[in-house]
Amino acid sequence: MKNIDIQLLERNLDSAEAEAFVTNENCGGIVTFVGTVRKFTKGKEVQRLEFEAYEPMAIKEMTKIANQILEKYPAFRIAIHHRVGILPLKGIAVVISVACPHRKDAFAACQFAIDTLKETVPIWKKEIFTDGEVWVAAHP
Amino acid sequence: MNIKIVAFGIATDILKARELEINIKDGATVEDVKHYLKATYPPFEKLASLSLAVGEEYRADDYIITKNQEVVIIPPVAGG
Repeated sequence: MKNIDIQLLERNLDSAEAEAFVTNENCGGIVTFVGTVRKFTKGKEVQRLEFEAYEPMAIKEMTKIANQILEKYPAFRIAIHHRVGILPLKGIAVVISVACPHRKDAFAACQFAIDTLKETVPIWKKEIFTDGEVWVAAHP
Repeated sequence: MNIKIVAFGIATDILKARELEINIKDGATVEDVKHYLKATYPPFEKLASLSLAVGEEYRADDYIITKNQEVVIIPPVAGG
């Protein structure tokens, strides 16, 4: 499937790689979402994040999202790159890039992709604070 | 029958292990395994959600597990 690029990576992500993959002559709009590590969560100071993935299923679920994008939107190409391992502040956790003929669809498709990823893809993150650590979203 | 349980995220902390083998009745469903986990490890009750995957797919509560299958615990996900 050369219109879909799904990767789980233990090295630094680069949005330029995702954008290079999705760029094509049929599309006039590329929207890229880049998720990065933020210093403060509910007033607590984060030192770093640790991402863990159930890798084969995470790849499968991200591929499902990409296929949904190609079905639901007039998208030509999509790249989803997610990081695993330890990430410092400002580090890139996820890059999603979608190419559509027009910008409106590209924005909508990219939003759908990140919202769905956060709900379905088996990846977990632990926030390491100066005074402890917590698995994000584990408790209501 | 024996089944293998694999944990990720907070489930690893709750089980204090990445993997373990449990003995459960033949023909047990996903729901039965969830009950077993919550009864044996009460912190599972406190999670925002608890899903199980078999064969790299989320499975509904009525899914029947067969022996030697690997059941993966999916606590609330937090990618992105």
